[in-house]
Order: sequence, then structure tokens, then C-alpha cells
Amino acid sequence: MRPFDYQRIGAVEEIGAQASDRASFLAGGTNLVDLMKHEIETPEQLLDISRLDLARIEDGEDGSLQVGTLVTNTALASDARVRQRWPLLSAALLAGATAQLRNRATTGGNLLQRTRCYYFYDTARPCNKRNPGEGCGAFSGHNRIHAILGASEQCIATHPSDMAVAMVALDAGVRLRAPDGSERELPVEELHRLPGDEPQRDTVLAPGELITWVHLPAPPPGRQVYRKVRDRSSYAFALVSVGVILALKDGTVSSVRIAFGGVAHKPWRARKAEAALQGRPATEEAFLKAANAELADAKGYGGNDFKIPLARRTLVAVLRDAAGKTGEARA
Amino acid sequence: MAAVSVNGQDVTLNADPRTTLLDTLREQPGLTGTKKGCDHGQCGACTVLLDGRRVNACLVLAVQCEGCEVTTIEGLGQGEQLHPLQQAFIRHDGFQCGYCTPGQVCSAYAMLEEVANGEPSDVTGDGEVRLCPAEVRERMSGNLCRCGAYANIVDAILDSAGELGQRGEAGQ
Repeated sequence: MRPFDYQRIGAVEEIGAQASDRASFLAGGTNLVDLMKHEIETPEQLLDISRLDLARIEDGEDGSLQVGTLVTNTALASDARVRQRWPLLSAALLAGATAQLRNRATTGGNLLQRTRCYYFYDTARPCNKRNPGEGCGAFSGHNRIHAILGASEQCIATHPSDMAVAMVALDAGVRLRAPDGSERELPVEELHRLPGDEPQRDTVLAPGELITWVHLPAPPPGRQVYRKVRDRSSYAFALVSVGVILALKDGTVSSVRIAFGGVAHKPWRARKAEAALQGRPATEEAFLKAANAELADAKGYGGNDFKIPLARRTLVAVLRDAAGKTGEARA
Repeated sequence: MAAVSVNGQDVTLNADPRTTLLDTLREQPGLTGTKKGCDHGQCGACTVLLDGRRVNACLVLAVQCEGCEVTTIEGLGQGEQLHPLQQAFIRHDGFQCGYCTPGQVCSAYAMLEEVANGEPSDVTGDGEVRLCPAEVRERMSGNLCRCGAYANIVDAILDSAGELGQRGEAGQ
């Protein structure tokens, strides 16, 4: 690990010019400390925000919930309000990592965790995300876990979070604080970016910007279902995951939200699939059409070709489950 | 310098800020019960309790722990008086080489408290938490055992919690 200056931050007001592009915020550390051991992250300064008074979950206006950035993944998944009204979020959190990691990992940190692409982690291999312009080992290498949507020739890495998939489906937002004290809000859907020709940038955050709160609006109507497909049944990243919130009226889709994990550089809100389903009868045929609409532009790179039919089948299965029609809608 | 309570004793951890809690515990108070396995948060051998919650000590910087309470495997039992979980691991042969065992025991200790608190897991579903083999397996997935003593580890944990039915039930 490279040497760094350590500074404990007592209050957000103490964060100023020291929060530059050469500094990193440290909270739970479950991803950052590991990346520093690999010398993939080499901050000159660590600003320890873990003692800030942001580990609270508060009721907001209009049935919303305000989640402090330091709320642990365990605390958020276990919160009675979340389990009852946002079960998609609780389920996604519990599908990720282990109890030890969830006890330490924070809400803001989970959003900002970095890809688990093998080539990003292997400093002996080229990686455009780690060293822009160096090339991509995954493009023509081992790419079983890589992106099928929204990738670029520079980078086919995926965002690894389960929690973020649920948040994108639930229209959650983040509140950001800049080092000059100014604040802005952003949907989680717009926090992460596609790689394009700047794969080193995972998010649209400016240097020194801090996620302070996550806003969960009142949940939309309907059943919430999260399904994660992975190589083993616990403690593995998603090959494909799907979060769905589906409401029916007289057998017709009255409201639907869909997000994919494990398929892109960001949690993927499936708006084409949603549009294809809205107002249509909740049939197996409609579910398949919706999945095909979203995946029409999907592209495999050899090792991950299987993810395209896997994503299609998983979405259809989750929609079937959410519609409460298991085994019925096979026409 | 970070003043930390380790197993109830005040210790000043004099560490380069790069030093992890794991390395500091092993090298300064000399508490070598906590094991270094993968050193990347993947195996659970370094599991300790930090302010009562299980964490991977390899991913925690010691300097972050100032004012915190740390409990290691040395703090669960009392000398030769083993903790009931340790006794259950022996009774059920819940190990072979033993390297992962301190982490397994610390993890299981905290896991039973999490269950008592009603904290859900990936297999819990909507309702109340009920300790069963599936819950133990899911909740202990952060502790790897290369000798493959998993079936006996599950038995030991269920036995210690008073939830083991007929012999061998947990392994099925």
C-alpha cells in the first residue's frame, strides 16, 4: 500500500479544498482498502468520514425515506420500514456480499464500489479503466462476467452492486455536497455513467463531491421482486440480476419498473422493456416481447454471450413471478 | 496512535496508518488467534467483533478503530475455559487443520446475535427469522473452510444454539 496522509473528518463542514482528486473519502473501506492494497487506488490523502453523523435513516415527506450515506448495508436491509415498503431494496442488499462485509459497507460506499473485472484487478494486465489508453484485456480475453449493454471498445466492465439495481428501479436519488459547500441532487440512475471513451470515470461525481444522503421516494404500487443469478448460491457477484416492481389491473400492466444488474457499466434501468409492457396484458408473450425489446442492442464478446438469453429468461421469470402467474402464463 | 479496547483491555495501537486491524492485533498485543488468510476480505479467517459486530479485520485500518471495542477469539473463551461454541466445534469435529476456526467461531458468535436481533438474511423471506441449516449456511458464507468441514460446522453452530435435532439433520 502506498503511503497516505490520514485525516478524520468530524463534520461535513470540515471538508474543503483538501477533498481534491488526489484524496479519497474512507467510510467502511471494504472496497477502497482492498484496492489500496492492490495499489489500484493510490490516494495521497484519506479523509475518514466514518464518524460523521450520517448513519441515520429518517422518515421523509410524502412517505419517503432519507438514508444517510453511512448507514451500513446490514442496517438498511434490516430496517423494518425498508423490509415492509421497499422489500426490493432489502432483498438486493441481502443478496450481496457477506454479513461481515455488509456490517461494514455503507450506503454511499456501495454505490461507489468499483468493478470486479479481472483485468481491472490484475495490475500486470492492460486496463483502460485503471490506466486510460493502455488497452483492454477483457475485450478479447476472459469476459464471462462482462457487459452486454452499453459497453464501448474501451471498456466492457460491469458495475457490481446489487443495492444500486434496486435503487434505480425504485427511482432513488442521491444528495451530493461539493467541497465549496454547495449541494445538488441527482437520480441514482444518472449517478453512474457508461464507459464511452472515459472508462476511468465510473460516475458523474466531481472531485471532492460527497454523497451525503440517499432519497427513497414512496414505493410505486405493485409487487417487488429481486432475483440474482450467480455461479454459487451465496457470496458471488451477479451474472445477471433483475429487479421488478409490477402492478396489474384486470390482468393488464398498470405500472412497471425494471432494472438489470451485471449487464452494464451501470445499473441498467430497462425503460424499453417498461414501455413495451405498460398497458399490455400480463402474458408470457408480452413479457418475452418486453425482454427482447430491451435486449435488441445487446452484444456479447464470446465468453459472455450466454448472458443475453440468461437476461431474457431471468426477466421473463421475474415478471411471471411478480404477476403471480407462475406456471399459468405459458401460452 | 489509536486507543482501542481489545478484549476488555485498553491498548494503544501504534500504527502506520496503512496498517490493518488484523496485522496490528497480531503484532502489537500479540493476539495471533486472529488469522490472516486471503487478506482481501474473501475468506473470513480474520473475522473479529468490532463494537459487537463481525467484520473482516483485514479490511479495517487500525487507525479507524480509535475508541472502539474489539473482541477476538482470545476474548470469547476464558483461558482454558472454552466458549460453548468452541466446545461445540470440538464435539462435532467442526474443523480439520483449524486455520479458519477462530474466524468461524467469532463469526458464528456474532451471527447468533444477529439472528436474535431479528436481522434477516438472503434466505429469510418476509417473515420472522428462524434458525435452521439453510440460515446457518447462508449467514456463514463469508467464512471459507478449505478442509471442507462445513457440514460439521453447521451442526456445531446449531447445537450450540440448541437448535440441533436428530444427529445429522443439519447436514441435509
